[in-house]
Amino acid sequence: MESRFISEINGKKNYNNTMSAIMLKKPEDAKIEAPIDEKYKLQTKDVNVFYGDFQAIKDVSINIKPKSITAFIGPSGCGKSTFLRLFNRMNDYIEDFKMEGKIKIDDINIYKNKIQLEQLRKEVGMVFQKPNPFPKSIFENVAYGLKIQGISTKKLIADRVEKALIQADLWNEVKGNLNKSALSLSGGQQQRLCIARTLAVEPSVILMDEPTSALDPISTSKIEELIYQLKQDYTIIIVTHNMQQAARISDYTAFFYMGELIEFDKTKKIFTNPEKKRTENYITGRFG
Amino acid sequence: MNNIQKNRLKDQLFKFWGIGCTLIGLVLLVVFIGGILIDGLSRIDWAFITDLPSRKAEKSGIWTPLMGSIWILVLTAIISFPVSVAAGVYLEEYAKKNRLSALLEINISNLAGVPSIIYGLLGLEVFVRIMNLGASVLAGALTLSLLILPIIIVATREAIKAVPNSIRDASYALGASKWQTIWNQVLPASSGGILTGVILALSRAVGETAPLIVVGALAYVPFAPQGPLDQFSVLPIQIFNWISRPQQGFIDNAAAAIIILLLITFIMNGIAVYFRNKWQKKLQ
Repeated sequence: MESRFISEINGKKNYNNTMSAIMLKKPEDAKIEAPIDEKYKLQTKDVNVFYGDFQAIKDVSINIKPKSITAFIGPSGCGKSTFLRLFNRMNDYIEDFKMEGKIKIDDINIYKNKIQLEQLRKEVGMVFQKPNPFPKSIFENVAYGLKIQGISTKKLIADRVEKALIQADLWNEVKGNLNKSALSLSGGQQQRLCIARTLAVEPSVILMDEPTSALDPISTSKIEELIYQLKQDYTIIIVTHNMQQAARISDYTAFFYMGELIEFDKTKKIFTNPEKKRTENYITGRFG
Repeated sequence: MNNIQKNRLKDQLFKFWGIGCTLIGLVLLVVFIGGILIDGLSRIDWAFITDLPSRKAEKSGIWTPLMGSIWILVLTAIISFPVSVAAGVYLEEYAKKNRLSALLEINISNLAGVPSIIYGLLGLEVFVRIMNLGASVLAGALTLSLLILPIIIVATREAIKAVPNSIRDASYALGASKWQTIWNQVLPASSGGILTGVILALSRAVGETAPLIVVGALAYVPFAPQGPLDQFSVLPIQIFNWISRPQQGFIDNAAAAIIILLLITFIMNGIAVYFRNKWQKKLQ
């Protein structure tokens, strides 16, 4: 945590450094791994996921480039949300969850025993399907991620809260009432608050699990715009049921079906000229 | 009379039956409270509250049992609150859902149904004799703490269960540890429910008589307790003692003491209701 904190103050972002801070004790462990492939931010290899006897993910390997938006699409129950939640290990709380294979972020295997979940989740933020602000003030919601890291400098917290709210395009709407309850905001504002809360921790990856499915069209388009802007600084994965949404905002699209990755390519390619018949059937609305 | 009219009649009949049933309890309570007020209200003045007990009815006050009740209440709260809330948090947030936790759960529910006199006997053996605390305020408070422990544990668990999982997810996803999540999110969000449970349990404790008699609370104590190891009396025991005397003066004293005791429990329940409403608003 220290090293990350210091590198931030100097204004230099060094993700390799950051990720090695995730390791519990020996940062030199990272060097044992293969040399860092600068091309990819996230890599998975032969990933299988089981819930008891049920196999939710089958042999999925995927490489995701930094500062890109990747959409996961597929019919309900195809495993796309499960796969998304592997990247910040949120499935660990599910009973009978078992995972095989490798998942690497900045070339560090995040399913090693030495990984500290708290550090991992600082690096990999998440926005959920339903807006889930804490029943506290707007300010407290955004400051929470910083406070649990032990940051107590009021000025620093206030600055980061303001910055995150500006980034999430919410600052102008709430700057006068930061002490109001977050629950008094509209659904769309709540979801942007949840994004601000995630940004305040300054992750490098943001996972979004159907972030607009509970929102009206106007709030949805605001959030889509926001996601598109965030691409400049963050690697984003978004699970969506909305095909147009995937086509509008993502650079890459992965189509999942029955726990398998059927096709993964540039979004343009997937939506205009998919390789596989099943992908074509799904995006043209013939099933799903 | 056609079918529709018959059904309407049934509707009306049940409505009046329901009103009658509701009124039975209320009317009895009003009669009881009215009787008490008539007997006791004229007896209540500042001197009645601050006077020490006496052989003469008109000179006795409730200072010693009132102070005893307050001592018991405060000590019981201090002892039972941390223990039972911690137990509730453990059972709801940490314990794995297996046979052992199911067994614990059933037994805690059972404990809530054990007659209070049994707790008194347990307190007599463990606190008064084995721990050698004597018939002290502390022994009484420990006994009552045991008695209300299961009630607060159950209330704590219910309040924690009502906190939506999405809040826990959000906290974990920001890098919070389990304890940080519980301390910063789960407990504040469930505090209203927990406080309600604690206050209701304490207002039950303040009216308990049987276990304290067994533990050795006295009907006549010349002075209010000065420390946790002093002898004590409590309001319900004082009431019981006065009621069993033949003189009308003591009967009036008992009625006056009942008013004070009811006032304490009503105020506590009122506070509990206030917290519950505030809490429900917060979670919505």
